[in-house]
Amino acid sequence: METLKLQPEQSGQRKAMSATLPPGTVLQGRYQIIKVIGLGGMGAVYQVRDRHFQAAQRLCALKEMIVNTSDPSKRRLAAQIFEREANILAALNHPSIPKIHDYFTHEDRHYLVLEFVEGMDLEAVLRVVRAPLPAERVVDWAIQICDVLTYLHGHEPPIVFRDLKPSNIMVRPSNQIALVDFGIARTINVGDRGTMIGTEGYSPPEQYRGVASPQGDIYALGATMHHLLTRRDPRLHPPFTFAEEPPSRVNPSVSKELEAIIMKALEYDPTVRYSSAEEMKTALLRCCAVSQSSANILASLHIPVSVDHRLDAKASSLEPQVGQGVAVLTGQSIMPIWQFRCEDEVRSSPVVVDGVLYVGCYDNNLYALNARTGEFLWKYATDGGIAATPCIWKDRVLFGSEDRIFYAVSARSGRILWTCPTEGRIRSSARVELEHAFFGSDDRRLYAVNAHNGQVVWRFEALETIRSSPAIGDEMVYVGSDDHHLYAVDLQTGRQRWKFRTNRNIISSPVLHNGLVVFGSMDWNVYALDEHSGWSVWRFRTDHVVVGSPRVMGEVVYIGSADGYLYALELGNGRLVWKFNTGNQVVSTPAVTEKSVYISTLGGDIISVNRKTGKEQWRFKTGAPVPSSPCVYEDAVYVGSNDHYVYALPV
Amino acid sequence: MSFSSQDSTISQGEYSDRAIPVKRRASQGVSSELKPAIVRTAPRGLTVVQNSHIGRVRQHNEDAWLVLDLSYRENDAHVMVALLILADGMGGHASGDLASALAARTAAACVMQDIMPSYLSPEVAGTPHYSLHEALVHAVQVANETVYRNLPHAGTTLTMALVLGRKAYVAHVGDSRAYVLENGTLRRITRDHSLAARLVETGQTISEEMVGQRNILYRAVGHSNTIEVDTYTESLFDGSCLLLCSDGLWSKMSDAEIAEVLMGETDAQFAVNKLIAMANERGGEDNITVILAVCNEG
Repeated sequence: METLKLQPEQSGQRKAMSATLPPGTVLQGRYQIIKVIGLGGMGAVYQVRDRHFQAAQRLCALKEMIVNTSDPSKRRLAAQIFEREANILAALNHPSIPKIHDYFTHEDRHYLVLEFVEGMDLEAVLRVVRAPLPAERVVDWAIQICDVLTYLHGHEPPIVFRDLKPSNIMVRPSNQIALVDFGIARTINVGDRGTMIGTEGYSPPEQYRGVASPQGDIYALGATMHHLLTRRDPRLHPPFTFAEEPPSRVNPSVSKELEAIIMKALEYDPTVRYSSAEEMKTALLRCCAVSQSSANILASLHIPVSVDHRLDAKASSLEPQVGQGVAVLTGQSIMPIWQFRCEDEVRSSPVVVDGVLYVGCYDNNLYALNARTGEFLWKYATDGGIAATPCIWKDRVLFGSEDRIFYAVSARSGRILWTCPTEGRIRSSARVELEHAFFGSDDRRLYAVNAHNGQVVWRFEALETIRSSPAIGDEMVYVGSDDHHLYAVDLQTGRQRWKFRTNRNIISSPVLHNGLVVFGSMDWNVYALDEHSGWSVWRFRTDHVVVGSPRVMGEVVYIGSADGYLYALELGNGRLVWKFNTGNQVVSTPAVTEKSVYISTLGGDIISVNRKTGKEQWRFKTGAPVPSSPCVYEDAVYVGSNDHYVYALPV
Repeated sequence: MSFSSQDSTISQGEYSDRAIPVKRRASQGVSSELKPAIVRTAPRGLTVVQNSHIGRVRQHNEDAWLVLDLSYRENDAHVMVALLILADGMGGHASGDLASALAARTAAACVMQDIMPSYLSPEVAGTPHYSLHEALVHAVQVANETVYRNLPHAGTTLTMALVLGRKAYVAHVGDSRAYVLENGTLRRITRDHSLAARLVETGQTISEEMVGQRNILYRAVGHSNTIEVDTYTESLFDGSCLLLCSDGLWSKMSDAEIAEVLMGETDAQFAVNKLIAMANERGGEDNITVILAVCNEG
């Protein structure tokens, strides 16, 4: 069976090449083999000495094409291709194209005698230089390649090189480049049966439809530049995925302008690329002129644009109608719909049900506000700060306070219905399922309480405080503890079913989705566990503690980390979809809608991020850190801030 | 995770009930009229069948399969534990069949060593510090290094499904495929690592000239000394069917046709044989291998 394994050249050399000519062999009574300088798919390339010039050491390159097939039509085709390359080369005259001196056939092998180009091909350069190549060097080569492509494409009909890649580009000691290999191998059809491994990597998508155009060479030049600048070998990655590794990310010498030029050359659609090599050269020349003249100026003005545009809340305090917060939407302020001032920090996260917003505050009150207008409806005073998020069930609001008591008050009037004392401050938020409320306490216990009358049905005791809020499954309740464990407790009896150990405290509240329990830990990881067994299915490491909780939508997990990023991870495998740098620590939980993800930061910002792309849509700055998590209801985002305000912002 | 018992503290006086009454929710499974006959006729628990055929053109069968069923019965329940591996080898001089089997064996050995002891007996083997996906990726990486070192001219696809309880964890490289059959339709889990699939993903049209390029893979086990592995998590329900196949099947039959056969037969092994026979009737240019796991919770 005809199966082939196409490979990058270095591994191709593992193959025992059939019978290269030994050094000393003389062909045509004239060309004496010195050594093999390259192995290709069709034969070797030798360095030879031309013995016609007895007095001079005249060196040539001898390129060999071995015809292995016995099929006469294939043999004829091979001979034609060989002659074609010889004739193309003979007609060309350019300093970056090696001169052809002669061609001949000897025992089933065809030979081209070419100018010997001293130097190293760029694939060898990549092997020798172990760091990403500096941008100026690569741009210099690219400009020279644009020149030779302009020369080739200027023929009538245009000559398309079709196989531009690092191994076909030689760099002479003078830093001048030369294109070698005018296509013996590439026009041969390499067997169309059997599965092959390895793509050409540098070829444009349309080349696989048999289209060869000057724009294809431009794509290949873009691919070559990308490889040189990033060291990411396109033959070892999915085809056409250059955009996944922007050169500026791995190579600091690459400017955004240069990156834009490379990515334009790499567009899928040939009509969107540079229309000619000349045009690309002009762009490259302009880009290196810009980067040289403005490099220092830009460095000295190194101010993040987004910070520059933002107005500090305190600076705007002269305008009381704007209040503490200012939002920036493409440089233009957006106003809160309303804002409500409490007496202390609002760390609790608001909840909106039936047009009423409920939120706790460190002034010890639970507030009920009209969600549309911000109008005060009622408040209920406890004897401690309220950090937990209220839970609305039927006609009542359930929440714990730092006064150690769990309360149920009427959602309509704020009248007390029942209380349930615990032995520690309550920061965990309650969940209600099967007519029972579940919440944790600093007394280390997870409580299951009858939501009608506050009677405790069971308590589960962990080794440390429980500040995480539970998630309720079909049979189990899941909750994290400061004792580093995530516990699964029998919903009916409160007995432990399994526990999973992380390396630090778990304050993050688990979320149950598709049979996976997803949560963060202060050991910097996000975990997904199998709900039944507690086995770790995947984990994703951030660069700081994960205190906030995940939200899941459309099979994607959204979670913030104190490393300042909002992450979007695939639910099934924890793979990064995108991450967004908020610029400040994140300890809250995002709110997710079909289009947007809203996240608050300890820098005081509420940020709207496009859910699909992870790009910022707008940013609103409050006057103090925001550990409170945003909540979306109808057309507004609600959030509390440590500046004592509750804000309603337009989505 | 551990199974150390840590009873909840019961304090006196303030309790209303002994336990929270849990109503068993309707299971999320396949609705009974759409439960395939091959599931209804299968014994309770997990049933795994497979078959492989050389096809009608090739001289060698370069496909390999490996199946390990460790399901057990505990506390009046069937606990599904199984490993299904399918590999489609390639490479000259008949080394493709060696590569596929080597990769399958090596990956299976890693999974048996790194996951099975802890899963079957955490009391003895303890808890691993790595996740299941990390362990599966590691298993494929070890298989990759082994093929790369021992069979330098060969490569193979590798699609592996590890069933643990009511989930299947899938690791995948190449253009073999894993599917689930849900409510009478086939849903593909894996993504082909082929040039043709990438061209489609980038919105290119596939022309006739492309047909010869269909089989170019950009990722395969044994291709280079490092490898990127795709992983997936699938929930299994009563009535779920998991299908792994080589391109010898899916290049000859549409997803709908495969689903029709699976829904139309009453015996799992017969369904697998029929799929292979149909691929052969349509030319059988390639080796054809199919693994089918059906999940019957009664």
